[in-house]
Amino acid sequence: MKESAVHRTIDGIWRIESARIIAGLARMVRDVGLAEDLAQDALIIALERWPETGIPDNPGAWLMITAKRRAIDHLRRNKLRDRKYEELGWEIDRQHEPDWDAAINDPVGDDLLRLIFTTCHPVLSAEARVALTLRLLGGLTTEEIASAFLVPEATVAQRIVRAKRTLAATHVPFELPPKAELTARVSSVLEVIYLMFNEGYAASSGGSWIRPMLCDEALRLGRVLAEITPHEPEVHGLVALMEIQSSRFRARVSQSGEPILLMDQNRALWDHLLIRRGLAAIERAERLGRAFGPYLIQALIAACHARARTSSETDWVRISALYDALSQVAPSPVVDLNHAVALSMAFGPEVGLEVVDALQQEPSLKNYHLLPSVRGDFLVKLGRKQEACEEFKRAAALARNEKERELLLSRASECAASCGETKPNN
Amino acid sequence: MRFIMIVKATKDSEAGLMPSQELLDAMAKYNEELARAGVLVAAEGLHPSSVAIRISYPEPGRKPKVVDGPFSESKELIAGFTLIEVKSKEEAIEWAMRMPDPARLSGKGKSSCVRCLKRRN
Repeated sequence: MKESAVHRTIDGIWRIESARIIAGLARMVRDVGLAEDLAQDALIIALERWPETGIPDNPGAWLMITAKRRAIDHLRRNKLRDRKYEELGWEIDRQHEPDWDAAINDPVGDDLLRLIFTTCHPVLSAEARVALTLRLLGGLTTEEIASAFLVPEATVAQRIVRAKRTLAATHVPFELPPKAELTARVSSVLEVIYLMFNEGYAASSGGSWIRPMLCDEALRLGRVLAEITPHEPEVHGLVALMEIQSSRFRARVSQSGEPILLMDQNRALWDHLLIRRGLAAIERAERLGRAFGPYLIQALIAACHARARTSSETDWVRISALYDALSQVAPSPVVDLNHAVALSMAFGPEVGLEVVDALQQEPSLKNYHLLPSVRGDFLVKLGRKQEACEEFKRAAALARNEKERELLLSRASECAASCGETKPNN
Repeated sequence: MRFIMIVKATKDSEAGLMPSQELLDAMAKYNEELARAGVLVAAEGLHPSSVAIRISYPEPGRKPKVVDGPFSESKELIAGFTLIEVKSKEEAIEWAMRMPDPARLSGKGKSSCVRCLKRRN
């Protein structure tokens, strides 16, 4: 095999094994940053050796053993004479042939879970949590993370270094959270995953409507989490939400790259396999028989759309009720805005307009482009084109995504044009 | 990216024989590993071609021909598939290499399992 081909193969192996290796090492050395450095050392050794020796039969175990040896060297160099060191030293010295399987044996995924809880720890900023999680659990390079977030590589590198330092300085233990904290810690993890997904789904800035890599990564992490924490309904709720939203990828952008709104999408292009997975995840959550959290409710809303064969079959009354439920468990003006949209679809634009007008003074929505955009939409339906045009222009000025801005401006000019057409007749 | 790993039909699968317990266990473990890595999208096994239907278009523009199974060309038949969502072709290959090999487990000569990887979009 050519060296470049071996390197690509190693990339594939790294993608599969790195999180488990880092998690296993972190349990040994009790330091996530050090664990990653050791795993990287092993990767570099593999990149040097494997082009000559060929790829070993069990590459994951090879990497783990190599990293483990580095860990022991490191612990010895630092003259750490604690019990942990002695146990490890004893284990390796006595075994001539290391136990390849035991090295990456983590049957219930506890190490992986510890790693997720650590990289999503609340002591870190949201940005730091996302970057560290992509790096340590997704096996993504700093360069890949930087290009996904459209920021310089140095920025991401710095975020990661700082995050590791914070974890070490605040002595965040490499442990599963105590039962009393579990729900709060799980929601911190879910927040990171959903942030990642949303950044990819509705790229908040830049020219591209969807940055699929972040969505894929978030969905993968969500699926992993659902397998290792099967008893948390909100985990399944978030997975369901992401599966169903991902099912619309092919339908939400036109050939020329224009965004297509949910109601206008060609539903035959939806990925029905992902919809089925999403509905199955909802069932898993419901079977746990606990109170419905915000992710599950959002998934149920997404499922209403997914189940409708045509946009006119959408059960807006149910969606309105679900938004009502959502505003009870997770009150937010953005939820109220969505509730307004559902109400207008279920009971008419004047009902929606009433809710939206009540939100006009909401400070947190002052710069939110969807508020004027939604209001414009209601006004169009009520035939008040002139006012609608103004709202779309306001929305366009606030939109951060270029494609979205173009869409809003074209709606504004449509309104203006139809005003111009009707005026002479008035 | 999505890849499909296709397992080709064999005389045994066409005869409706269940795989050995050992192979079933290994497959279950493998699927669990795919699920826990978050890459598994779907995995299905197919009935033998005796209950299959083939629709062919022998003459362009004319009515299609519907033929009931079984079909003898077992090389063209598939016994099952696994759909995975991964980041690269290399990752897909790596997963495909880890799929339990029915031939090795049953000790029956050459491999009957072809891991065909196909890009979706």
